[in-house]
Amino acid sequence: MADQTYPIPGTLDTTPSRGAALLEWVHSWVVTVDHKKLGILYIAYALVFLLVAGVEAMAIRIQLAIPHNHFLSAELYNEFFTMHGTTMVFLVGMTLIFGFGNYFVPLMIGARDMAFPRLNAFSFWMSAFGGLLLYFSFIGGFGLYGMGSAPDVSWWAYAPLTAKAFSPGHNTDYWALALIVMGFGTLGAAINTLATAFSMRCRGMTLLRMPLFVWLMVVASADTLIVITPLTAAQVMLIIDRYLGGHFFDTQAGGSATVWMHFFWIFGHPEVYVLILPAFGIASEVIPVFSRKAIFGYPAMVAASVGIAFVSLSVWAHHMFTIGMTSVSNAFFALSTMMVGIPTGIKIFNWVATMWGGKIRFATPMLFCTAFLFQFLCAGLTGIMLAVAPWDWQLHNSYFVIAHFHYTLTGSFVFCFFAAIYYWYPKITGRMLSETLGKWHFWLFFIGFHMTFDTMHFVGFLGMPRSSYTYEPDRGWTTLNMIISAGGLIQAVAVLILVWNIIDSFLHGPLAGNDPWDAWTLEWSTPSPPPPYNFETEPVVRSRRPLWDIKHPNDPDWKYER
Amino acid sequence: MSTIPIFADESWRLPSRGRVAMFSLIIGESAIFTIFVVAYIYYIGRSVTGPTPQILDVPWFNTVCLLSSSIAIVFAERAIEHGRIRAFAAWWALTMLLGIVFLAGTAIEWKRLIYTNGLTIRTNLFGTTFYSLVGLHATHVVVGLLMLSLVMIFTLLGRVEQRHTQRIQVLSLYWHFVDAVWVVVFTVVYMMGK
Repeated sequence: MADQTYPIPGTLDTTPSRGAALLEWVHSWVVTVDHKKLGILYIAYALVFLLVAGVEAMAIRIQLAIPHNHFLSAELYNEFFTMHGTTMVFLVGMTLIFGFGNYFVPLMIGARDMAFPRLNAFSFWMSAFGGLLLYFSFIGGFGLYGMGSAPDVSWWAYAPLTAKAFSPGHNTDYWALALIVMGFGTLGAAINTLATAFSMRCRGMTLLRMPLFVWLMVVASADTLIVITPLTAAQVMLIIDRYLGGHFFDTQAGGSATVWMHFFWIFGHPEVYVLILPAFGIASEVIPVFSRKAIFGYPAMVAASVGIAFVSLSVWAHHMFTIGMTSVSNAFFALSTMMVGIPTGIKIFNWVATMWGGKIRFATPMLFCTAFLFQFLCAGLTGIMLAVAPWDWQLHNSYFVIAHFHYTLTGSFVFCFFAAIYYWYPKITGRMLSETLGKWHFWLFFIGFHMTFDTMHFVGFLGMPRSSYTYEPDRGWTTLNMIISAGGLIQAVAVLILVWNIIDSFLHGPLAGNDPWDAWTLEWSTPSPPPPYNFETEPVVRSRRPLWDIKHPNDPDWKYER
Repeated sequence: MSTIPIFADESWRLPSRGRVAMFSLIIGESAIFTIFVVAYIYYIGRSVTGPTPQILDVPWFNTVCLLSSSIAIVFAERAIEHGRIRAFAAWWALTMLLGIVFLAGTAIEWKRLIYTNGLTIRTNLFGTTFYSLVGLHATHVVVGLLMLSLVMIFTLLGRVEQRHTQRIQVLSLYWHFVDAVWVVVFTVVYMMGK
C-alpha cells in the first residue's frame, strides 16, 4: 500500500485551517526542546508571575497605607505576603535567571543548544507545574478558613508554626510540595547550565575567554547545586513531620525549631546570591558595551564571583542573631558576612573603572545598570550594618531589614533584569523596544523605588515590625507608610509601561538587525531572532571579544589580551 | 593569551558532558545527604521516649554486599571498554544481585525493628531520623537498581555495544556514589550513633 501513489483529483489545499494552525503553533511550544524557545517560555512565565506577585505587593501596600485599614483581613494579609515572597524568589527570580541563561549561554559560547535539550524541557515544565501547584492552593488548599487557602506561614516557614497543630489543612503542604517540585526543575537547569558551559564551548572559547554572563551563570548554577538541595531535604523532613508523624521540628518530642531555621537559611541566604550573581553577569555585559570599553579586570571579576559563591555558604546564621547563639557563633557569622563585602567591592570598583573614561551611551539598559551600581552599593552597606550583631538585635524583623533586601532584590536584581530585557529583546524578537517608553519606565520605576524603599529604612528605625497586617495611628508611621504605598503605585505604573512596551514593540517596533548595540559577544553575530541551529558554521574564537576582532581586523584583542 | 593562538587545526578537547552532569548531580545529592546526616547526628540521644539506637544490629553482611557491588561494576566497566559484552552482562548482573541482596537485608532489618522492637517513624526522634536517613539511601539504591536494570534489559536485547562505554561509565559513577554514601551512613548510624 505504502509504496504506491494515487493521483488526487482537483487541487489540494495545503494551508491548514486557522484552528489547526493555532493548535500546531501551541503544540510546537509545548514539545519544544530548543534552548531559545524554552528560554522565552521561562522569561514569559517569570514576567506573568512578576505581575501576579506585583499585584500581591500592591494589595499589601494598600492595606498598610493607613492605620487600621480593612482592605485585607489579617488572614488574607498573611497569605499575600507569604505568596509575594515565595513567588518573587522561586517563580520570578529563579525562572528569570535560568530563562536568560537558557537563551544566551549557548549563544555566547558558540554552541547550537544546551548540553541536554530534553532535560532542559523537563526542567522547565517541572518549574512551571510547581508554580501552578503553588497557586492552585488559592482554590484547593483547605485551610482554617473554609474553601481555599494559600500558604500563610511566610516564605521562611518557621517551625513550629508549620506543625499540623498550628497549620491545619493543606496550604502548608502545597507550599512544601510546590517547592520540592520546583527544586527538581531548578536542579536540572543548573546541571544543564554547568554541562553546557564546560562541554559545549566552540573552538578557542577557553574558560578565561567566556563572557562574564556565562561565568556568572556557571557560578550561580554551581551554588544552586548545593543550595536548592538542602531546601528540598528540609521540605521532605517537614512533609515527614506533617504526614507521617515524624518529630524533626516537634519540640514536644525532643525535636528542634532552631534546626529548621538553620536548614532554611543554609538554603535561604546563598539563594539570594544565586539570584544576584547572574544580575552581576548582566551588568558585566551591558556596562562595557555602553561605555565602549572592554571590561576592567576580567580575571579579578571571575575570581571575585567564585569568591562570593564560597563566602556565601558560610554566612547563613546572620539571619538568626536574635535567637541567642553563643558569642563565638555571633562573631563568626558577623565577620564572614562582612567578608562578602570584599569580593563585591572588587566588582563595584571594576564596573566603575570600566565606565571611567569611557564614551558612555545612556540608552535604557545602561540607565538601569547605572542605577543598579548605586543601589547595590547602598544595599551592601546596609547589609554590613545588619551583619553587626548588636545592630541586628535592634533592627531584626523591622522594616529596615525589608528595605535592605528589597534594595538587593529590587534595586539590584530587578534593575539588572530590566536592563537585560532592553538589551536582549532585539536579539530575541528581532525588534527594538521603544526608547521613549523605556526612559519613562526607567525614571518612573527609579523614583517609585526610592520613594518606597528609602522610606522603609526610616519606618524600620522607628520600630515598625515586618509581617504585621496593621499598626496603631499614634506611632508616627502613618505619613511614611503613605509615601511608601504611593511609591509602590508609581512602580506598578512603570511595570505596566514595560508590559505595554514589550507587546507594542513586538508588533510595531523598528527592526533591530543583527547587532543594534555594536556589541562584542557571539550572540550578536547571529540573525535576530537566531535560527534554530544558531550558527551556520561553528565559530572560532581568539579573544574575549570575538566580534571586536572581526570588526577591527587591524587591531584585534588577541594581540593584547593575556 | 596572545602567545597561544587557537587555530582550526589545533586539537580542541572538552570534558564529557555526561561526566560533568553526573558530577554536578552527585554534588547536589551530597548536599541532601549532608542535611539528613547532620539532623541524625544532632538528634542522637535527644529522644524523650521509646527505643534507642542500642537495638540496632550492625549490618556487616549488607555492607560487604553493597561495597563489593562497586568492585563488580568496575569489572563490568572494564569488560565493556574492551568490547567483551558477555562478561559485561555477567558482572552487571552480579552488581544488580548484590544491590538486591542489600535491599532485602534492609527490609529484614526494618521488619525486625517494626514488629519486634516497635520502632516506627512516628515512635520517637530516633525512629524519625533513622528511617528517613537510611530510607533516603535505600531510595537511591532503588533508583540505581532501576537504571541498572534498564541497561540490563538493553544488554539482553543485544543493544549495548562497546561504543556505549562512556554512558555506562557515567551511570557507574552514580552507583559508586550510592556506595560511598553508605560508608558515611554506616559510620554515622551504626558506629557513632550506637
